[in-house]
Amino acid sequence: MQRDEPMIVIKHLVKQFGSLRAVNDVSLTVGRGSVTVIIGPSGSGKSTVLRCINHLETPTSGEIWVDGIHLTHDAKHINAVRAEVGMVFQQFNLFPHLTVLENVTLAQRVVRKRSEAEARDIAMQQLTRVGIPEKANAYPSQLSGGQQQRVAIARALAMNPKIMLFDEPTSALDPEMIKEVLDVMLELARSGMTMVVVTHEMGFARKAADEIVFMDRGRIVEQGPPEVFFANPREERARAFLNQILR
Amino acid sequence: MSLTTRPQPEAIPRDSAVDRSALGRFVDRMARWPWWLLIIAFFGALIAWNAMTSELYSAIFNRLLLGIGVTIFTTLVAYSLAIAVGLIAGLGRVSQNPVIYNIATLYVQVIRGVPILVQLLVIAFVIVPIVMDGVNLLGNALAPIWGADNLLVRAKPQDVPFLTRSIIALAIAYGGFQAETFRAGIQSISKGQMEAARSLGMSYWQAMRYVILPQAIRRVLPPLGNDFIAMLKDSSLVSVLGVRDITQEARLYAAASFRFLETYTSLAFLYLAMTIVLSLGVKWLEQRLNSEGRAQG
Repeated sequence: MQRDEPMIVIKHLVKQFGSLRAVNDVSLTVGRGSVTVIIGPSGSGKSTVLRCINHLETPTSGEIWVDGIHLTHDAKHINAVRAEVGMVFQQFNLFPHLTVLENVTLAQRVVRKRSEAEARDIAMQQLTRVGIPEKANAYPSQLSGGQQQRVAIARALAMNPKIMLFDEPTSALDPEMIKEVLDVMLELARSGMTMVVVTHEMGFARKAADEIVFMDRGRIVEQGPPEVFFANPREERARAFLNQILR
Repeated sequence: MSLTTRPQPEAIPRDSAVDRSALGRFVDRMARWPWWLLIIAFFGALIAWNAMTSELYSAIFNRLLLGIGVTIFTTLVAYSLAIAVGLIAGLGRVSQNPVIYNIATLYVQVIRGVPILVQLLVIAFVIVPIVMDGVNLLGNALAPIWGADNLLVRAKPQDVPFLTRSIIALAIAYGGFQAETFRAGIQSISKGQMEAARSLGMSYWQAMRYVILPQAIRRVLPPLGNDFIAMLKDSSLVSVLGVRDITQEARLYAAASFRFLETYTSLAFLYLAMTIVLSLGVKWLEQRLNSEGRAQG
């Protein structure tokens, strides 16, 4: 694999839900180590694009390559890709019947076949990285939303993914907890992780993004570096959206 | 029309009002007592007393207790098998594979649409003989290898005891209900749990085993406990096949002695005593799961 080859290549992606075309001919390239932030009004298809990248949604048509692996319907390819792609959800989706530590070690042991001791070491490293090693033996319900989301990030990172996908990671959080999650994400972006982030946090987009992708009604309307996009959006719809959000 | 002089509420002295609220509190407290349990305990004690003092009742109980082993054995084994069948069929009911889904749904719909007593008769007198015919055919087919007089050729339906047939029938019947219990439990777990597990690279079965089922089974433990109680009661159906459980012993005793009232009352209380204990156990389990559920969300 060449270093200059992009991490994610999406070509002419279409996703149809019944009569609704959620994603309509989207093509996108994500470079290695870059941070791409997808913004846009709700229902614009941003989350669906993200979920197609690790095949949580099956594309209706179009092609996706992740780290050179062609994502087809072949289950073996899909599981191989998923192990390399971490995902963080809006609703955290921690496993409530397991402790924080077990949440972070489960997939390492089952998918990566790591020993219990090794999995625990890696889990503690990642929990330290997100700032809550002391909660290792707590259950998810004993944590605040922000803490739960940081555990979810640690759980994904413990698999040593090449890519991290974030699906509105702060949308379900109380305002005072948003910063602790964004701080972890900023640190991750600086460490050189390839990230695709769907968010409404424009402050994060400005600070961390290499590329802003603005979507509306299933299409990419505008795309560019944040300093250009935020200062001077070309498209009328992007301008209207920013006016709404930034006030 | 003249004004009637009725005693007014204000006329009641203060201390009497205090008394009434004390009485009220007493009534409230009494209303919360589990009177039903006390009534059962009272009659249970009465019957136990009879069993110890009256010769007739102790004869009846000694006779019934001959069948208690069969009743408990049938219930435990059939229930364990039903859990296994139900779990497999329940997983089939949530399968994306249309063949597996349809097989599981066919089983559940057929089983739930036929009375358990009828299923018992069909399995004991139709299915088992057909299966044994099949075994004979297989034995004949294998004759060149195993010899013409092999084990499979000699197998006869009579070789399958009615106790075994009863247990198979109860397991298949209850498996259909437990399949739906498991299906409901699995579907009650939010979709995000499966997505999170899959996004970490787990296969469907790994996600089921480590993430979905541990949560689903915890959730369906109370209904499964109630099914166990129902199974204990329905195990009485095996008496129609002549299997000597407590019901069959009661029928035989009553038929011989004409003591229908004493025998069947004792039989009913024997079942009631077992189911009450079990249902208190299920209640305790439910409360424990609820308090754990609060601790773990």
